[in-house]
This record gives sequence, C-alpha cells and structure tokens, in this order.
Amino acid sequence: MNTHTELIHTLSPEETAAIEAQIAHLPDRQSAAIEALQIVQQARGWVSDESLKATARLLDMSPAALDSIATFYNLIFRQPVGRHVVMVCDSVSCYVMGGEALAGAVKTHLGIDMGETTADDRFTLLPIVCLGACDRAPLMMIDDQLVSGPELADLTNVFERFA
Amino acid sequence: MTTINIDGSDYEVAAGENLLKAALSHHQDLPYFCWHPSLGSVGACRQCAVVQYQNPEDTRGRLVMACMTPVVDGMRVSVKAPNAVGFRAGVIEWLMENHPHDCPVCEEGGECHLQDMTVMTGHTSRRYRGQKRTFENQYLGPFLNHEMNRCITCYRCVRYYRDYAGGTDLQALGSRDRMYFGRFEDGVLDNIFAGNLVEVCPTGVFTDKPFSRTYTRKWDLQSAPSVCQGCSAGCNIFASERYGKLKRVHNRYHKDINGYFLCDRGRFGSSFVNSDLRLRQAGVRIEADLFQQVSIEAATQHLRDLADSGDVVGIGSPRASLEDNFALMSLVGEANFSCGMNDVEAAMMDQIFDLYAKTPDAVATITALERADVTLVFGDDPMNAAPRVALAIRQAARNVHFDMAVQAGVPTWQDAGVRGHAQHALSPLYIATPLPTGLDDVARQTSHAAPADLAVLGLQIADQIASPPSDDAEGFVANIARDLLAAQHPTCVCGTASAEPAVMQAFAAIITALIKAGRKPQMLCTSAEVNSFGVRRFAGLSLQGALDRMQQGSNAMVLQNDLYRREIPAMVSAALAGAGRVLVLDSFETATANAADIVLPVTTYAEHTGTVVNCEGRAQRAYQVFEAEGQDIQPAWRWLSDFEHIDDVLHACAALPAFEGLEAVSPEAGYRTATNSRVPRATHRFSGRTAATAHVSVHEPKTSVDTDTPFSFSMEGENTGQAGALIPYVWSPGWNSNQSLFKFQQEVGGSLTGGEPGVRLGFAPSKSSADGSASSRTKPATGEVNLIPHPQTFGSDELSSLVGAIVERCAPPTLWLNPDDARALGLSSRDGATWPDAKTTYLVQLSDQVTPGNALASVGVGTGQSVLPRDAVTLIKDSAFTPPPDLIARG
Ligand code: SF4
Ligand code: SF4
Ligand code: FES
Ligand code: FES
Repeated sequence: MNTHTELIHTLSPEETAAIEAQIAHLPDRQSAAIEALQIVQQARGWVSDESLKATARLLDMSPAALDSIATFYNLIFRQPVGRHVVMVCDSVSCYVMGGEALAGAVKTHLGIDMGETTADDRFTLLPIVCLGACDRAPLMMIDDQLVSGPELADLTNVFERFA
Repeated sequence: MTTINIDGSDYEVAAGENLLKAALSHHQDLPYFCWHPSLGSVGACRQCAVVQYQNPEDTRGRLVMACMTPVVDGMRVSVKAPNAVGFRAGVIEWLMENHPHDCPVCEEGGECHLQDMTVMTGHTSRRYRGQKRTFENQYLGPFLNHEMNRCITCYRCVRYYRDYAGGTDLQALGSRDRMYFGRFEDGVLDNIFAGNLVEVCPTGVFTDKPFSRTYTRKWDLQSAPSVCQGCSAGCNIFASERYGKLKRVHNRYHKDINGYFLCDRGRFGSSFVNSDLRLRQAGVRIEADLFQQVSIEAATQHLRDLADSGDVVGIGSPRASLEDNFALMSLVGEANFSCGMNDVEAAMMDQIFDLYAKTPDAVATITALERADVTLVFGDDPMNAAPRVALAIRQAARNVHFDMAVQAGVPTWQDAGVRGHAQHALSPLYIATPLPTGLDDVARQTSHAAPADLAVLGLQIADQIASPPSDDAEGFVANIARDLLAAQHPTCVCGTASAEPAVMQAFAAIITALIKAGRKPQMLCTSAEVNSFGVRRFAGLSLQGALDRMQQGSNAMVLQNDLYRREIPAMVSAALAGAGRVLVLDSFETATANAADIVLPVTTYAEHTGTVVNCEGRAQRAYQVFEAEGQDIQPAWRWLSDFEHIDDVLHACAALPAFEGLEAVSPEAGYRTATNSRVPRATHRFSGRTAATAHVSVHEPKTSVDTDTPFSFSMEGENTGQAGALIPYVWSPGWNSNQSLFKFQQEVGGSLTGGEPGVRLGFAPSKSSADGSASSRTKPATGEVNLIPHPQTFGSDELSSLVGAIVERCAPPTLWLNPDDARALGLSSRDGATWPDAKTTYLVQLSDQVTPGNALASVGVGTGQSVLPRDAVTLIKDSAFTPPPDLIARG
C-alpha cells in the first residue's frame, strides 16, 4: 500500500507539493524535516499531533522521530498559538537594558503571562533568546516585525497594528 | 598493548581503546553514565572526567573525559586528582538538580547506578533550592514503567533503543532542562528488545513493570545463574526469587551468546514458573474429568508398573533438560523413545546436524554474527524464532560504519563520530523469508516467498556461488552470490520455523558451495525451543511412530510435552484414546495432561538444575534458583530414575557418544571457591531470613543443604573469584547495580574472569535420511490455499505464553493472505477467517508479499495448538467476527 496516499486529507496538496519540492533537492526524505515543519506551521499557525503524524508519514519517518526535531526548536509550535506571536527577548543585552520591565509592561498590557494566549486568540506571548538586534535593546518581535525604542512607549498603538 | 599510568601505577591496556574502558578493565572505580560497553562513547554526561598530564614535568594537567580520550603509550592520568574529583562531584550535583529523591519508592533503589555514582562522587547533600521540573509519564505497554522525573539526560535509552535495537518510537524530545525520553504519545513500545532499557537506563526511569507489581529489593532476592527457556539461543540469565515466586530475570553476560542484552520474550516470559496452571500434586484419573490425588509412593508405583509393562513408549521433549530426557530414554529404552518433535522439525534438525557435522568450523557463535560483513537471512525470521540472534544480525548491518571510521581515522568506539560519518551506509544484509521481517529496515534487498519457493531460490544462490555471476549481472540471486563470495565473513542464518525441509536443504547447498569456492562462511541455524539441539541427539522413534504405537494400544510416558502443540490435534486425540495407560510428567496443566491417566508434577527450570544445548551446540547448565512449593513436585529425572544426584545423571548421559565432552559443562556439586566456600544464592544483605515464614512458625527454618550444586540456599558463601558458570548475581563493593559486571570480567566486554560458562559439543551426522526435496506442494484450486505456519515473537512459544504480560503483548491469531487470493475468497483486511478444523477464527491481514495460493497462520496464539503445513485448505469467512483493536499504536 502506498503510504503517501492516505494523508491527502490531512496535509493539503499545497503543503504536500511544497514539502516534496524541498525533498527533491535533498539526499533523503527525512532531511526535509525542518522545512516540512515550517511549511505546515506556515499554513496552520502551529503543528498539531495530527499534522505531525501526517508530515512524518510523508517524510517516511516515525512521528516520534519527527517530534524529537519539532520539540527541539522553540519556534515550531506544538500547541495552538494566537493569530500573532509576541516574543520578548530575555537575553543578556536586553536584560541589561530593561528587558524585564518591557516584559512586565507587555504582560500587563495583554493581561496574560508568558506562554499564554489572550482570550480573543489574538496574541500569544513568549520569551525568546537574543534576536540579533542587541543595538536596539530591549526589544520584542511580533510575528516577523521587530519593535523597539520609542515605539515601546505606546503599546496600545503597537498592538493595534496586529488585528 | 599500550602502557598507561593511572595515579602512579602502570597498566597494560589494549591499544586504541578509550581511557574509561581501559580503566574499568583494570577494575578502577571511575564513575560514568553515558558510556556503555555495547554502545560506545559520546561524552554526553561529563561524569568520567580525569586529569591528563602533558609530560613528566606537568603537575597541573587538564581535565579530559576518559570515555572520549584514546589511550596512548606512556600516557599519565589521574582519577584521584582533586580537580577531577571536584569536577565529577559538580557534574553529579547538577545532574541531580531535578531528581525527585524518591529512592525509597523507586524500583531501581538498591541496584541503581545513579545511587552508586552519587555515593562514589561524594555528593551527599542537596544545595539546589529552586523548583524542580516535573513530567507526566507515559503508558509504555505491559513490560515497562516510565518515571521521567528520575532522568539524568544521559541519552543511553535512545542510543540503545533507536541506534542499537532499531526502534523508532522512543525518542529524545524537547530541549535543555526539559529533555523528555518517551514516545510521541502513550502506547506500547514496539521494539521486542525494549526490556533491556531496564538495565540500560542508569536510573529508575524505565523499570520492570511485572516485577514492580510484586516488588522485592535486589538485596532480598535469591538468585542463580540460569538459561532462558524462550528459544534455542540459550541466553544466559540471572533468575531471582523471593517467597517462592520467580520475581524477575536480568541479563547474565555471556560473551559469545547474549552479551549485554536479552529479548522481551525471555526477560518477561520466564516467570511462567508462577503460572496458575502449575501442577503441584500427583494424580490418577478416576473419572472422565476427575483426578484423585495420590502419594509420591503410589505415583511411583504406577510409573514402575508402566515401565515394567513391556510395552511402553516414552515421548521426550525439547523443552525438558538433557537429564530429564535421558532418564526417560533410559527407562523405556532407546527403541521406545521419541525426542518429541514432530517429524518435519526432527527432519530439519537432522539436516542441521548433518550440516554442522560436515562443516564444524562454520558454526558461528551468536555474537560472531555481529562481525559479519555480508549476511543472508534465509528461510524464517529470527525475530520470531530466536530474537536475540536477530539483534546480533542487526549489528552486522552496521559493520561498514567501522570500516569507514577506521579509514577516516575515527576511533570505532566514538559512537557519534562513527555514525555521523557513516550516515545511512549499511553492510549488505539479504533477507529471504515468507513475510517481511523486523530486520527489513536495514536490509539491502529482500525477497518474500512461500517456503517451497524460497528453497528454489536458495538452490539458485548456491548455483551462482558455484559459477559466479558476471559483475554486471543484476537481481537478488546474483547480488547475494557476488557479495557472499566477496565477503571476508560471509554469514548465513537459517532455522526450522519454515517447517520446510527443502529450505534447509537449499541452505546447506549455499554453505557447501561457499566452502567449495574456498570461502570461510559462518552459519547458524535456530529452532524454537531451549533444548531442541540437545534432545535431538538421542536416537529413537519418530513422533509419528510413537503416536502410531499409542494408537495401537501401547502405554505411554510423556515428558513435559503437550502433544497438541506438535501434531495434528485429531491425530493426537486418536493416539491418546487408543493408548493403554498414559502417564504425563509436566509442570503445567496441558491438553495432553488433561487426557492422561496418571499425572506427575515436575519442577521447572527455576526449581531444578538442568542442562540444555543451544543452537551453537553449546551445552549450558541452568542452576536451581529455589525450592519448589508442593511436596510432590520433583525433577522428572528423580521420578524416572534411581540416580541420587544430578551430576550422576549427567555423567551417565555423557557416556553416550552423542554427548562426548558434556561433563565439562560446568563445575560439579563438590566445587568450592578459593576460600573453600559455597557460592551464595542470597545476597550478603538478605533480610528477613528469620521472619519470612514467621506467619507459619516462629522457629527459624533450617536452610536446606544443596547436595546437587555448589550453591547455598542462603547468604553464606563467597560471590567472587568463582568459575564463570557460577555467578548467581553481580555485585561488588560500591557497585550495587548490574554495572558491577565489569568486576567479574577480565576486560570490559571480554571474557569472564572465571571463564565462559558452558561447553560446545561436537556434531555427528544424523542417522536418519531426510532427503529434504521440496515437498510437492500442489497448486491449490480456487477457494483453497496452502497453509503455512508462521511463528510469532509473542504467543507461539508455549511457556512464555503462560505469562500475563506476554499475553497482553500478543497479536491476535492472524492469517496473512495475498490480496488477490483474498478477493477471490471474498475476504478483506480485518475480516475473520477460519477453516474446517481450525480451533479459532483468524484475523485477516493482507500483504502482497505473500506468495499467491498461500496463507500464513500465526502459530499457537489463541489455540495452544500446532499449525502444520497443509495443502489445499478451504478458508471460510466468519461473519460473526469482530476484529480486536489494534493494540500497538505505531508512533
Ligand atoms: S531515561 Fe534513563 S537512559 Fe534515558 S536519558 Fe534519562 S537517565 Fe538516561
Ligand atoms: S533470544 Fe531466546 S533465549 Fe534469548 S532471551 Fe530471547 S527467548 Fe530467551
Ligand atoms: S539580547 Fe535581546 S536582541 Fe540580543
Ligand atoms: S561516560 Fe564519559 S562523558 Fe559520559
């Protein structure tokens, strides 16, 4: 039985095609694991158990083996996240420059703690390691946008940009 | 040899070895976690730190990880240097940060490597005051508990389970201080070698679940060196008892057989000793379904009467010891004795004996299979027949890794380096079996076909070895022939499970062709039971012959053999009905015992001492662990003979030409250690000796004196410096866990200090003349199939199937069909199918790997009966059948 046919109804044709395209220039199917997880997360916001199983089947590996990769990376979400992911840097430069205060302000503003999602499913708040923008410390990243400096003075304005 | 200096003393060590293994080989107390003799080094835990000095002037030195440091001549190191000691103490303090400190309720407690190392490094007081991380544990099936909070992140479990045993459903999950070693979701661990995690994990994360239900600390166990009864591999085990129950089984290292690992059938199936179906009294039938208990004297009189009747056949058993079989054979006479295997299996055993006798140098040890550079698995799946053999073959598939490592200058023990460099490279492994095997994932090429077709394929391979294929010839046969011819250690494994003598004939042709071509092949043939290779050495009647005589009215004595598992049930019933008086000696209520006139209870392997012969022809002694409960239970040889001691039986048996050299099997009852002591079955910390039976009598019972073996039934004696065959458990000062094994070895992973247990017997050509021409399987008509027995890892073996945990792990009775045949028969996947005299309904599984016209039926499971190869069976759909849920969630 072709193991690749069953999953059509769990991974979309677009996801499958995108993953196959990655596999095409790699030595074996498993080598596309990280790309495949990113593709699935891109499409669904996070990687559910069912999505992970389907992806593992497509890659010809056990769900456990794929999960060991997925759970190693903190940017592969194995639990549902809100529409926007807010990541506040807690590494050294940001810490020195007031990262804790920033994190506190964001928590108060959103009314949630680290690792939580707002009731309207709009924001998930997470800590993150150095964003590689220490010159702008302290800062946070919302989805793929860096937010720092004077902007941080008006969090209402910042979060309004993300519906 | 290389000379190194550790803390001022010089030691000779093996060149190229890592420093940790070298130090342990000299019995140094150097703590470690992640290194394992069979798994190599990864340097993950940082526990084995020592100080290495640059030159004679260097007084400061630098810290190195011993397991990652190759020894070099003249090297100077210190285990005791204060900075090494301090570093190791720091490492364990940090590894212990999250540990729940729950030793009192932990099954590992008292034999825990983590406890030992913690004490050895001097970390006795906790400074960490932060919150500990806690995990949820998983359900892992009937064999193993999971308690992840005890984990120290050494990675041994996944390195063993995934890298060594080939499992895919246990992985390292998460990162940093939230590493989790488990499955994707709750479910039964799929790999049939999962039980070794109990011993591989240095902490109490994975523990023996059945054992934990009626738990006893290691120090309270009474143990003896024993031999697993699960198959013909003859793995060495420590079997342990308390309160008259066999509590658990641990691996007993044997360099040539099981090394450091057992299979789950052996580890968890050995407690059949405790079965509710045990027979504990002698009985004589008075009515159809009623036995009356009789005294030993009366029972013995019945036995004598039968022996003197002048017309009695004796049916022995491949699951009984040599001594027991010999006693029966002597009593009834060779001409009236049958080894108790069915004729097909006996014929295949004879073929193996002929082959082994003809090419004795080719007979491999089990661990030698690991060194094969090309392997052919032929005829049946060793994962079912003799699982430990399959684990050895899996290692052979990796051999090319070590060649690549040597070429790249990477030490072969540098596990991560070796694997990283070799990636997916595999040594050639070819598999020709009726269905896909548990080794197919590492096979280069496979071919699945009905046994008769495999036989044809085998003869083609032999032909191509004789006249080698051209370099560009392609295909399965040509590839095998070419690779076997080119190999340094061409290795072939076969077995009797296909129940097709033509398969063995073809196998012999392959071996003969290789030898004719000037190659030095190694081979091993497996069979289903612990003493098949012993009992077949007795000449005598065929089983068919014995059953015929019974049917014609002869009396019979049946030794530890359920005939319904051997032959067609109707034929067995006819024999039992026609026989004069039938006496059964067995440990369990079996279908045969229930049909007998006289039933005598006999001890199991754990309650007597007995000798068995494994598939390498190695005779080994399994020593009595404890005294059987029930006054009437005795070893079969005591019922059957006037011998006083087990050694006397052995001597008498050894006088037969087929058993030449048997006396050397292990030291006799009179053996004493250097201090003139016995070897104690109980540990030095054994507790409750005076209280264990206080509910019966407040007087301390006199400990029994063992007149059959060098062991004591107490803690008195000396468990050190003895012969290798006489180690009842491993324990050494400071080393309470099974890791203390190295103190009993000449070098880590090498011979035992007291020498290897057992003796390999020679083989003589069999007297029978099984011709092994392919049985003429007729092509079945539409609506019919040829039935082929398909043994399973769990459920086909009689004894282990008496254990609840094994039953939980059994797949339902299953019938594998080709989809085309199924369509023609109106059957689909997960339907129920049966045939006219089948005892149960089988779950239908479809596989295009099944040769059309054939159906493979799982043996034993759900029926306790034989499945014999049969032509033209009509399959019937059982529409009332509801398929059982799929228990093993793959994930
Ligand atoms: S579960 Fe055991 S073997 Fe696995 S990493 Fe943890 S301590 Fe080591
Ligand atoms: S391979 Fe055979 S002898 Fe070894 S543990 Fe398993 S069942 Fe027992
Ligand atoms: S430390 Fe925050 S961006 Fe580098
Ligand atoms: S044993 Fe050497 S680092 Fe773990």
